[in-house]
Amino acid sequence: MAMTLNEEQRHLRDTAREFLLARAPVAALRALRDDRDPLGWSRELWAEMAGLGWAGIVIPEEFGGLEFGFTGLGAVLQETGRTLTASPLYATCVLGTSAILLAGDQKQKQAVLPRVAAGETCLALALEESHHHDPLGVRLRAERHGDGYRLNGAKQFVLDGHSADLLVVVARTAGEPGSGQGISLFLVDAAAPGVARRRTATMDSRNVARIEFQDVEVPVTALLGAEGESWPVLEQVLDRGRAAIAAEMLGGAQECFQRTVAYLKQREQFGVAIGSFQALQHRAAAMFIELELLQSVVMDACAKVDEASPLLPMVASLAKARANDTIELVSNEAVQMHGGIGITDQLDIGLFLKRARVTMQILGDARYHRARYATLRGF
Amino acid sequence: MEDLEQFRIEVRQWLEANCPPSQRTPASPEEQYWGGRNATFASGDARVWFERMLARGWTVPEWPREYGGAGLNGQQARILKKEMVRLGCRAPLYGLGVWMLGPALLEFGNEEQKREHLPAIAEGRLRWCQGYSEPNAGSDLASLQTRAEDHGDHFVVNGSKIWTSQADRSDWIFCLVRTDSSARKQAGISFLLIDMATPGVSVTPIKLINGSSEFCQTFFDNVRVPKQNLVGVLNEGWTVAKGLLRHERKLMSETADTVTTAAHTPIECARRYLPFADGRIQDPLMRDALARHEMQMHAIGLTQLRILEEARTGTGSGATSLIMKYCGTEEEKRKYELMMAMMGSQGIGWEGEDFDAAEIDTARQALFTKALSIAGGTSEVQLNIIAKRALELPGVI
Repeated sequence: MAMTLNEEQRHLRDTAREFLLARAPVAALRALRDDRDPLGWSRELWAEMAGLGWAGIVIPEEFGGLEFGFTGLGAVLQETGRTLTASPLYATCVLGTSAILLAGDQKQKQAVLPRVAAGETCLALALEESHHHDPLGVRLRAERHGDGYRLNGAKQFVLDGHSADLLVVVARTAGEPGSGQGISLFLVDAAAPGVARRRTATMDSRNVARIEFQDVEVPVTALLGAEGESWPVLEQVLDRGRAAIAAEMLGGAQECFQRTVAYLKQREQFGVAIGSFQALQHRAAAMFIELELLQSVVMDACAKVDEASPLLPMVASLAKARANDTIELVSNEAVQMHGGIGITDQLDIGLFLKRARVTMQILGDARYHRARYATLRGF
Repeated sequence: MEDLEQFRIEVRQWLEANCPPSQRTPASPEEQYWGGRNATFASGDARVWFERMLARGWTVPEWPREYGGAGLNGQQARILKKEMVRLGCRAPLYGLGVWMLGPALLEFGNEEQKREHLPAIAEGRLRWCQGYSEPNAGSDLASLQTRAEDHGDHFVVNGSKIWTSQADRSDWIFCLVRTDSSARKQAGISFLLIDMATPGVSVTPIKLINGSSEFCQTFFDNVRVPKQNLVGVLNEGWTVAKGLLRHERKLMSETADTVTTAAHTPIECARRYLPFADGRIQDPLMRDALARHEMQMHAIGLTQLRILEEARTGTGSGATSLIMKYCGTEEEKRKYELMMAMMGSQGIGWEGEDFDAAEIDTARQALFTKALSIAGGTSEVQLNIIAKRALELPGVI
């Protein structure tokens, strides 16, 4: 049980806040967008973040990481949510790293993780194949071919898919879409023949890709875990991803809210601060309540990862569902309470709204997670 | 730390040896012992349990020994509470004297008042009720009009108090009264203790929408109250009242889930009244509504843990606790609306053999939950408090 940060973790969070405000504030995302940067993130910044140890924050020391745990990583992601910082932190250090940590063998970990921790290799998880989160709906085929496998199919909504060096591809080696049997994970070189990547332009100006796999041949050593048996481990990877993205969303929602409350105190109409109107006060108080509840469930979800708790699936769904509902509420109210300026590109609030809408689609929306929570509770 | 561990072991052993098995289950309202001049115990075991706890000072464990307590520090009191919860022990004594007036007297009362009233509360000899709200002073409590006029060695009190919980079974009442009508609202209010056996005090129960009469209206008609019953400074009773309200809100947020002892949980309710297929509620909207409720309770529970942990480690802003009264009571209302929706026309029974006890209980409790977000500061007042204290928004309230 850890519902609060310890001293080390608080120090990490404070360092992250200071660093991000100085080196990667919201203006940095704006610049990447306005310059139509082909990468969508800054290699210099990522090198600095890796220098702070963030690239290896959950990687064990034996593979060159900090072994700081998900509570620490969550605290950093919360800060990147506040500054809308674009970086490989989520796709590489949460999704890709977790897949290799949980499914890979010693040799695979040794080959990849030290390079990830050093900031030299970026990863992406190629999972989704339709416009709604559906991890069991995998159709991409991996067939035995000679000494290895041959992959055919297409993925979409692959976070950092256009820039990653290695792809963790969720494939089907047996069974039909909808079944957990026959799901396998492969580690695929993004530059391998037959891999075609296209960056997708999403409203948050961040980095998502469609990837086609046409007769992509991989050796048997590319298989992460046992053939056809990877559904349970994939679920663990996804639950870590849900807890972590909820942490980023918490930070984004908190920042959006604090900027809005500051505006309520500053903006005057009818000769008084609009924050003195009870109609707005109660709506602001309602958001405060939602944010407090969200903070509790995010803290618990990250702690449950660190404790390897069997309750993680339930709390991860709780956190992601709540994060979705709360950030939708807060981003909408933020725009409305800012009035006319709230719908301009000039004000940052719109950038928070747009990032919110993308994160809401990552690894399941609120309906998906309420239904999953109900299933896990037995109703 | 070692001393605390030793204390825990002793407490556990003593409770196991001394708490009768019949007192280790949740107490129904009839089984709770509230004390007072006319109180009776529900059973011989209840009396034994009360007397054993009293002998150790554990009816009010944190109060000093000279006033009937055990003088436990905060950590020791938490250990005792935890061990009682672990074993399922009932509280030996209930009442506003234990929860609210006692702590206020310890903070604001003079020595004479502490000696007169605290042991009587600790020993369950007198039962107290609270006189705050008036027919024309609810959320705007400071506009209260019950007057106490100075007549030399005593006050003469006139007016009435409403929502005085169980005043018809109480011996004494602690009241807010106006002692200076020329002063600005909060400034002319005093905190007064009144023996309800005094001539001129009368009580009328108020029948509620659920058929029960938990609350009363209490009338004061030229009631003589000795001056020594004034707590704190004349015209500064608001300070005492604010301290007391904090205790009440804390209590309500802590006990929101036990205020109503439900006949069945929402999940049990779903299993009984809704069709399932493949282990799932068939109706996706009902299923989603139940998931929303269960997830809200889960989040509230985790937030309670976070508040405790932040208090223990000295982290956090302290503002989080401001949300708990609102969250707890609002969700309790939603829970009962959800159960009524699941039960359909079996959820609207009032009495008679067409409904079983759980059905009638649920319907009546559903009606009673409407009181939770009104009593002890309405939900709207809670939002005002959050806006003012946590968000520091400007305003008149």
